[in-house]
Amino acid sequence: MSVYVVRRGLQSVVVLFAMSLIVFLGVYAIGNPIDILINPQADQIDRERAIAALGLDKPLWEQYVVFLKSAATGDLGHSFVHSTPALRLIVEKMPATMELAIAAMLIAVVLGIPLGLWAGLRPHAFSGRAIMAGSILGFSLPTFWVGLMLIMVFSVMLGWLPSNGRGPTVEILGVDVSFLSLEGWRHLVMPATNLALFKLALLIRLTRAGTREALMQDYVKFARAKGLSNARVIGVHVLRNILIPIVTVIGLEFGSVIAFAIVTESVFAWPGMGKLLIDSINLLDRPVIVAYLLVIVAIFIAINLAVDVLYSALDPRVRLSDSKG
Amino acid sequence: MTPLLQVEGLRTHFFTRAGVVKAVDDVSFAVDRGEVLGLVGESGSGKSITGYSIMGLVDPPGRIVAGSIRLDGREIRELDAESMRRLRGNRMAMIFQDPMMTLNPVLRIDRQMTEAILAHDDVSRATALERARDALGRVGIPSPDERLRAYPHQFSGGMRQRVAIAIALLNGPDLVIADEPTTALDVTIQGQILYEIQKLAREAGTALVWITHDLSVVAGLADRVCVMYAGRIVEQGTTAQVLDAPLHPYTQGLLDSVPSRNARGARLRQIAGMTPSLVDLPDACAFRERCDRADGACGEAPPMRVAGGDPGRGARCHHPLVPWPCP
Ligand SMILES: Nc1ncnc2c1ncn2[C@@H]1O[C@H](COP(=O)(O)OP(=O)(O)OP(=O)(O)O)[C@@H](O)[C@H]1O
Ligand code: SF4
Ligand SMILES: [Mg+2]
Repeated sequence: MSVYVVRRGLQSVVVLFAMSLIVFLGVYAIGNPIDILINPQADQIDRERAIAALGLDKPLWEQYVVFLKSAATGDLGHSFVHSTPALRLIVEKMPATMELAIAAMLIAVVLGIPLGLWAGLRPHAFSGRAIMAGSILGFSLPTFWVGLMLIMVFSVMLGWLPSNGRGPTVEILGVDVSFLSLEGWRHLVMPATNLALFKLALLIRLTRAGTREALMQDYVKFARAKGLSNARVIGVHVLRNILIPIVTVIGLEFGSVIAFAIVTESVFAWPGMGKLLIDSINLLDRPVIVAYLLVIVAIFIAINLAVDVLYSALDPRVRLSDSKG
Repeated sequence: MTPLLQVEGLRTHFFTRAGVVKAVDDVSFAVDRGEVLGLVGESGSGKSITGYSIMGLVDPPGRIVAGSIRLDGREIRELDAESMRRLRGNRMAMIFQDPMMTLNPVLRIDRQMTEAILAHDDVSRATALERARDALGRVGIPSPDERLRAYPHQFSGGMRQRVAIAIALLNGPDLVIADEPTTALDVTIQGQILYEIQKLAREAGTALVWITHDLSVVAGLADRVCVMYAGRIVEQGTTAQVLDAPLHPYTQGLLDSVPSRNARGARLRQIAGMTPSLVDLPDACAFRERCDRADGACGEAPPMRVAGGDPGRGARCHHPLVPWPCP
């Protein structure tokens, strides 16, 4: 197990290193930030001084080496625009995104698993079919469009919910959160629902398919032959088995919820990391873009590790062995 | 005396898109306490569905459409879901064919055993655990205390089937339906398990319905035999009657294809042809296409006829190997 963790840690470092290289080159290719950052009226001397101050006068490989050296000490560079550390900018915005992503995932899980279970138990009934039809909508409607529709209906037409921002936040343990006040809830519910929709549809389908498959297994028939109640057969025997793929998917999808929060954050002007990324791209603020992408990759790696550990806890047939990749 | 299990005119049909599948069609038999009944037939003849029907485990699109199933004189088709649940695993139990599939892969053995006790008896978890451990010991599982904490994948196929048998016997059922429980195991393990179940059933006076496609298994085990073909019982009698003096051409065909009963080196005879599709089966003898005794009369389905005045002995055939009325 400990060998396993060390191995996974080393793998993560390699992945991060490779990612940094790709991202660095990619961002370099997007465009030259100087054109945006420096006053067009500035004279040549000012211009060159600014370029040197940002380290942009050096060749690309040297810039990369400088970046790597400071990255090794935890410093991902300073924002060109704000001249604060890029990492700090991102970490400041992280709670907003995390709160949104967790709220969205909770909505998807709390609704998706029961609905999927229901649809799996009654595949031919009207209710089961209706749930499936709904999940197709959840899959096919584009997130930004649904977001705009939500705003149209609930903010513009009905005036029930605010259309943008986070509302007032409350600080707990040094982190700002919205969900502790009613006003915060009113701001959170619409973007969270918007972000949840796709995952909700996914979880419904996954749970339904798993339920239908499990119901055909001999162990379910045997459980019933033992005289167990229906509630126990479904709640223990079926659920414990389908939970394995579901937990895996929830974990892996959580990373993509964080990443795809970009769209929802833009639509609802939610002040999170995604919005920061879009703003940084507009200003070609390279260090922030690079830092954001590396943070996302790091989150994905951490989630993957957590999922593997959880998976082995849920499925007795899987043990984290040192031979596993 | 009423038999422990009495099945009469049981019909279980599946209503599929392709048509009505008459998986079990007018099946009647009885089993006494302590008796072993062999239910024999080719794959798809309706043996398992007969077992599921008795247990109340037929899934849609299947449904029992007619017949009566009496356990200890009580009609169980009339019971509500909860009363039926209380019978299952308690008064009657079932063991399935594939031990690799019958235990839940993600639950520990102790949990899968104690839940079967707690579903029927109001006892403490500790008592249930103790009973589970004793049950494992009885079916010949070494160091049961340790094995209780294991998961199914840590057992061999034979050991898993022993666990399944232990679970089936946990609450001391009156009736056990064993659906080919040894088919998936190798021959030596098969023999051991056959022996164990037989012993346990004898000791407790449990009635046993042993489903198999293998007549040689039945020979050493069953008191009486029912031969099933295309959803119907085509011949019944004591094991000696059916194996030594079969009436139905299908039974004869089955006997001819058993290796151990034939002289070494002699060619085994397979029954020609295939089992008919059970969808919208015509009202004729279902064995007609494969039978070398068939004639015009066989276009009409033969009824079960009692042979030689013995109500437990009979066949469904117009031209049995020993002509009616078969002394
Ligand atoms: N869900 C179902 N839908 C339609 N037909 C079914 C269904 N389940 C079983 N049947 C039909 O019922 C018939 C009897 O099946 P059953 O499982 O009882 O056979 P069996 O005698 O136990 O065979 P085997 O030796 O292969 O286990 C089969 O021919 C099958 O086509
Ligand atoms: S009824 Fe006719 S076809 Fe059917 S088994 Fe007897 S002889 Fe053969
Ligand atoms: Mg079967």
